[in-house]
Amino acid sequence: MPQSNETAPGIPSLEAVDLVRAFGRRRAVNGVSISLQPGDCLALFGPNGAGKTTLLRMLGGLLRPTAGNAAIDGLPLPGDESVRARVGLVSHQTMLYDALTARENVEFSARMYGVRGVREAAAMVLDQLGATPFADLRVQSLSRGMQQRVSVARAIVHQPTVLLADEPFTGLDASGAGALTGILRKLRDSGATIVIVTHNLDEALALCTSAAIMRDGRFVRLDHAPIPAREEYTALYRELSVDAA
Amino acid sequence: MKFSKLGAVAILAVVGAYIRAIFFTPFDALQGPVQKIFYVHVASGFVGLYLGFGLVFVASVLYLWLRDPKLDRVAASSAEVGFVFTSVVLITGPLWGRPVWGTYWAWDAKLTLTLFLWFIFAGYIILRGAIDDFEMRARFSAVLGILGALLVPFIHLSVYFFRTLHPMPVLLKPSAPSISREMLITISAWLCAFILLYAWLLRERYLLAVDRDAAMEGSA
Amino acid sequence: MPHSVARTSADWRAPGFVSSTLTIARKDLLIELRSRSVILAALAFAVLAITIFFFAWDPTAVASIDLAPGVLWVIFTFSGLLGLHRSFGVEQPTRAMDALLAAPVGREAIYLGKLLANLSFVIVVQAVSLPTVALLYNVPVRGYVWPLIGVVLLAAVGLVAVGTLFSSMAVSTRLAELLLPLLALPFFVPVILPAAQATARLMSGRPVSEVSGYISILGSFDVVFLVVCTLLYPYTLEQ
Repeated sequence: MPQSNETAPGIPSLEAVDLVRAFGRRRAVNGVSISLQPGDCLALFGPNGAGKTTLLRMLGGLLRPTAGNAAIDGLPLPGDESVRARVGLVSHQTMLYDALTARENVEFSARMYGVRGVREAAAMVLDQLGATPFADLRVQSLSRGMQQRVSVARAIVHQPTVLLADEPFTGLDASGAGALTGILRKLRDSGATIVIVTHNLDEALALCTSAAIMRDGRFVRLDHAPIPAREEYTALYRELSVDAA
Repeated sequence: MKFSKLGAVAILAVVGAYIRAIFFTPFDALQGPVQKIFYVHVASGFVGLYLGFGLVFVASVLYLWLRDPKLDRVAASSAEVGFVFTSVVLITGPLWGRPVWGTYWAWDAKLTLTLFLWFIFAGYIILRGAIDDFEMRARFSAVLGILGALLVPFIHLSVYFFRTLHPMPVLLKPSAPSISREMLITISAWLCAFILLYAWLLRERYLLAVDRDAAMEGSA
Repeated sequence: MPHSVARTSADWRAPGFVSSTLTIARKDLLIELRSRSVILAALAFAVLAITIFFFAWDPTAVASIDLAPGVLWVIFTFSGLLGLHRSFGVEQPTRAMDALLAAPVGREAIYLGKLLANLSFVIVVQAVSLPTVALLYNVPVRGYVWPLIGVVLLAAVGLVAVGTLFSSMAVSTRLAELLLPLLALPFFVPVILPAAQATARLMSGRPVSEVSGYISILGSFDVVFLVVCTLLYPYTLEQ
């Protein structure tokens, strides 16, 4: 069925209205609303168990919301293939196959997303992430930092409009974190929408146009650009994150 | 365990059927008194397979469609009660078989495949024990319940391809059952008694599941 | 970086069902080929078991031709289980399954792709077991090779259809290695029984027409369980 793949201007690239996800009686996400435009970057902070990962899994199409609505480029989630194709997922788990090479992993992802010119797209994106030197080594022989770069390459090879990153800085040293921030900035500048869950205030605040603190399934604070100064935000974060029992 | 009316009726029915079988039914010409185990064996088989597993199947399908936790509890309860009845079949089989066939166990089709059905029930129960998450447990059990039920026709199908020691179906043959009228009444009595017993045990087990689930939710 | 492939490319289409299935199958086989650990273990087990059965049996009591079908199908079952366990196990360590589920690919394609990979695995083991048994047990194979291959293929499809589904479930539970055989073995029986009977008849020179009944049981099992398992697979995934 022919379907327009264009998105009319003005439609938010990522939108959620009163999103709820319950597991039995427990509400992991309890009424979250966001609206993001292309080029926006949302940093999502909060104590463990606040529901951040669950929220991202819903936005990534891995979990069905119990209540509420979400949409990517105006198309409802959970949706069909054309919606899933617009999202890229990164987490502290690499989602790579250790026995395959970096290149094979990225090419596999490209094929799964229906990318034309799989080889070229994979080569290009590996290059952008500085992974070409080790592209033909098996993932299991790469360092954590290199693996994370390959994982990001896997996630963006299909040029998603929305990138969801769940604690991507975990296990990265300073140079790895710096490289990742550079990549995310480039993505943001080229019009992608990014949501990052992180405990890393510095990197995130430097990168992002909006910041939210999540606790017990909802946003207790949401700031759009300009975000308050770092010291103020850090204090706020401590105050709101402490005692999350 | 408070004694419900259903329980009382069920137990009375079983006692009644037992008395009927022992005292009021004639011996089988060929097999003698041992043949009376037939009543328990067949009635258990009927209840365990058709009622027990049948309900597991229906509840499983409905659960996947409606996602109501009550349906999951019904399926689980029916599986456990069905497991008990199937165990009775497997115990009474050899007890009957030894005097009549000369061997406790025969690897003929029907007995063997009843044994495997027992394994499916056991697998179902063990599967549930290996999953803590409510939703996943219910979902996986339902899948197994449906697959297990689909296996049953293949079990029946296999019976007709093997020469077997097992007596050919005597009651569910298209023509009239080839046993005496007296025996027919007794087997029907046992069947009714076991159906009542099944219903009672199912209900008790279901109520236990409700309590258990409520306790787990409360402590979660 | 240019805009999204999905957003601006008017001719983007999701990868086709067959194409995704084959990509996933190919990926699984490539992984297995790289490490080779499971296939080698399965082949070693097969050859060892064939040899051990040979030494463990009394040739005056049972003719080797009577023993052969049983040995063949026992090995088939247990090496099949070895292969099945790794099927979804490979997606666990780095949560690669999430990436598969997030991709614009139908869930059925994931199931069928892995089924194809498992089928290849089982066929490779059988391709080694059959000649080994024929050789060591002195079983004549001329005259019924093709019907025998047919039986093996049909049995393999049935085994793998059910096994792949259970593998998907077992991998998320405690006691995963124990649970897979426990759940799957009762379902293998309507496959193994007709297959072993058919093999025995073929090996003793009976005509193919005599085994047509067994072949139709195998065939109908395959059809029913392929369809049902494909339909049920999405329910083994969290929604």
